[in-house]
Amino acid sequence: MARKISNRRRVIMTVIAWALAFVIFFPILWTIILSFKTEGNAIKAPWDVLTSAWTFDSYHVVQERSNYFRHFMNSVVISFGSTLLALVIAIPSAWAMAFVPGKRTKDVLMWMLSTKMMPAVGVLVPIYLMFRDWGLLDTRTGLVIVLCLMNLPIVIWMLFTYFKEIPKDILEAARMDGATLGGEILYVLTPMAVPGIASTLLLNVILAWNEAFWTLNLTAAKAAPLTAFIAAYSSPEGLFYAKLSAASTLAIAPILILGWFSQKQLVRGLTFGAVK
Amino acid sequence: MSTQASRSAARLMISPSVILLFLWMAVPLGMTIWFSFQRYNLLMPGQGGFVGWDNYYYFLTDPAFFTALINTLVLVGGVLLITVFGGILLALLLDQPIFGQGIVRVLVIAPFFVMPTVSALVWKNMLYNPVNGIFAYLAKAIGLQPYDFLAHAPMLSITIIVAWQWLPFATLILLTALQSLDSEQLEAAEMDGAGALSRFFYIMLPHLARAATVVILIQTIFLLSTFAEILVTTNGGPGNASTTLTYLVYVQSLLQFDVGGGAAGGVVAVILANIVAIFLMRMIGKNLEA
Repeated sequence: MARKISNRRRVIMTVIAWALAFVIFFPILWTIILSFKTEGNAIKAPWDVLTSAWTFDSYHVVQERSNYFRHFMNSVVISFGSTLLALVIAIPSAWAMAFVPGKRTKDVLMWMLSTKMMPAVGVLVPIYLMFRDWGLLDTRTGLVIVLCLMNLPIVIWMLFTYFKEIPKDILEAARMDGATLGGEILYVLTPMAVPGIASTLLLNVILAWNEAFWTLNLTAAKAAPLTAFIAAYSSPEGLFYAKLSAASTLAIAPILILGWFSQKQLVRGLTFGAVK
Repeated sequence: MSTQASRSAARLMISPSVILLFLWMAVPLGMTIWFSFQRYNLLMPGQGGFVGWDNYYYFLTDPAFFTALINTLVLVGGVLLITVFGGILLALLLDQPIFGQGIVRVLVIAPFFVMPTVSALVWKNMLYNPVNGIFAYLAKAIGLQPYDFLAHAPMLSITIIVAWQWLPFATLILLTALQSLDSEQLEAAEMDGAGALSRFFYIMLPHLARAATVVILIQTIFLLSTFAEILVTTNGGPGNASTTLTYLVYVQSLLQFDVGGGAAGGVVAVILANIVAIFLMRMIGKNLEA
């Protein structure tokens, strides 16, 4: 084909794409830049900000003043705890539905999905009151339970679509070769299921990490994860741009990195297999 | 292979998740419906009892409800408009051979992984702020007055923030759909003399329609629950200019302690969400057959 034309076109497209990508990424980039500035410099005009001195001060201040690390650990415990708990409950279910499908398997799957359609605000009042009466308000345990149940349908669905792709013939082949049931599960099925389980874990940790309805409504100070901790910056005192930027950068960095690895799973997981 | 034994084993394996999800859905929803017919205010513990449809009557006739309904529609509609059109354009662009495609993709997708409270505060302070925000500096640089976005156009400002968060999602799904398009079909059309535009309108767009529908439905479900972005930027204000249905229920139940009224609002929100959910479920169900 006409090679010259396609090269010119490629350069033009590259320029447009990079310009748009820069605009879209800019708020994040700017936050990262401001986090390395002093408070005084962070509110200067953009061109003056760029030429001012770089510093790690804000990161120190954020940790010292607000015990950032505790909120970070709350986020880790809540997102991983809720996802792992959901996996423990979901793996047997997804497994059974993928390998021993019954007449009503499809209905059960659709019903599970429908629970995800319920807006959280519809059950805010009873959950809040129950948590108050059971002493679960502002506890990590409470949030682990709520986020686990909230993401359970997605976890089951993702696992189901992965498990369904494992060829069933391979089980029979292993059995013919004299594998026991334990051996079957350990040596044949587990290695084939691990990638699917890992993807499910990844996407749901991300969803739980960023969840900002229940985490804001059910925590105060003790169990507040990063979502709620950052929200406290909405009523600031004095200069705070650099500190807000440092806290934000720390809060989004781990998930940004995990997220970039999970692009493919994201489409699959969040569309419930409707787009692959 | 599915013997009687394996059937009952399967049932046993499925039952924990079924029971948990049933409890998670039925118990709180049942309580919400129950509360919605009660006079129940946390500040007045003595007063209570059945009040029939009163809570619904007060919630639905409250002028704030109408505002909230309009705001919810503006938010959901605005975000859908921006993300679907923007997403199609970005997906077409990312599908082209460009230099550094991987990096561009990573940069475009990034906003989706930023937690809602962070993105809302970053936009509020670093971009929208009429004194120190980037937009204010840009306006001054070209000789305009800085504009206080969140005070004068709160719904538009919040819509832009939320659209920024969801644009990557739409782009990613539409791009995935675009890449599954049979390239032979496009080449054949090109051979037959179809221009770029007609190839787009007659081959790509129909192919994208399904993915776009999925984007619209899933985003609608999530957008109806938009909460953190409003809480940290405007608190629903000024007045109730940026109060959505979700936010209104939150205010009524957790700030005004009117459990009955809040519950009635919650039921209304559930009904609205279910109307969308029915369409989404149908699409996914069809896919499961295939």
